[in-house]
Amino acid sequence: MSRLTRPLGEKDHIIGPRDAPVTLVEYGDYECPHCGKAYPIVEAVRHRMRDTLRFAYRHFPLTQIHPHAYHAAEMAEAAGTLGKFWEMHSLLYQNQDALEADNLIEYAERIGISSQRASEVLENNLFDAAVREQFMSGVRSGVNGTPTFFINGVRHDGAWDEESLLLALQQAEMAGHTG
Amino acid sequence: MTNTSRTKPLHAGTQAPDFALPSGPSSEFRLSEHRGKPVILVFYPADWSPVCGDELALFNEILPEFERYEAQLVAISVDGVWCHQAYKSARHLNYTLLSDFEPKGEVSRAYGVYRAQDGFSERALFVLDRDGVIHWSYVSPVDVNPGAEGILQALDELSPSVHAEATS
Repeated sequence: MSRLTRPLGEKDHIIGPRDAPVTLVEYGDYECPHCGKAYPIVEAVRHRMRDTLRFAYRHFPLTQIHPHAYHAAEMAEAAGTLGKFWEMHSLLYQNQDALEADNLIEYAERIGISSQRASEVLENNLFDAAVREQFMSGVRSGVNGTPTFFINGVRHDGAWDEESLLLALQQAEMAGHTG
Repeated sequence: MTNTSRTKPLHAGTQAPDFALPSGPSSEFRLSEHRGKPVILVFYPADWSPVCGDELALFNEILPEFERYEAQLVAISVDGVWCHQAYKSARHLNYTLLSDFEPKGEVSRAYGVYRAQDGFSERALFVLDRDGVIHWSYVSPVDVNPGAEGILQALDELSPSVHAEATS
């Protein structure tokens, strides 16, 4: 059974109550169609468990097959420095077919990053280290494709349609109460 | 009856059988020429199959990390060199694919990971040390991508200093 080897910390992008009994971590790639499919599912599950679930997202871009994924992840990190990671995260998943540099700069401007700053982010790979570190933490935790989910630190190998994911999260909540 | 075609994968501590396989239409990879550095052998069922694609794409992505350990990764299946060439170019794979094509599956058999009933190899990983001795091996269920954490752990054991550098 694979486990998350790097626990959540200050650098992570986390949404939901801090003391939530259940934590869902996703390793994802903004250009991956399966992750695109997972995005509204995670949103729905977060809504349905809004008092009991916190969600964290880490980057796992497969750059050789998804040439735009790395830049997209870097732009999300850039947004994160302004406290707007989740806005960018949503924009990227809602526009998976438009992730060229021009598109990314436009999304950045929409959330208040100047086009000059956004260009610098891409040209100088300013967030390379952060993206790489998240990717490697996934490799070390047994991420074998995207999306990969961890529920309370344990890799979720089951189905992740809305009902299956919700059930797995609720079971983790129950296990937490009894254990 | 069901077990007649099953063989056991070679275990840690075994000298890895030497082999020479085509790495392209006019090139060859001979294992014994790669002593002195760790070698990762990735046996997989077939080019173009869905799980293989994910597995090989993942290893492709982690290649720079393997290089930090000076490890060389080669992937082996029963597909022919022309098939490998097309697959490699379509998926932008940056490492060598070897054709265990004729006699079919001979190397895979030597490592105990051939599925005679299917005519292709198990999804198996071997990490060899600098002397060509198997340090770690793993056979994954054929439809499950094994990921790379096992390989990296094995490389950590072979090169503790690289690991220390990565975690400091």
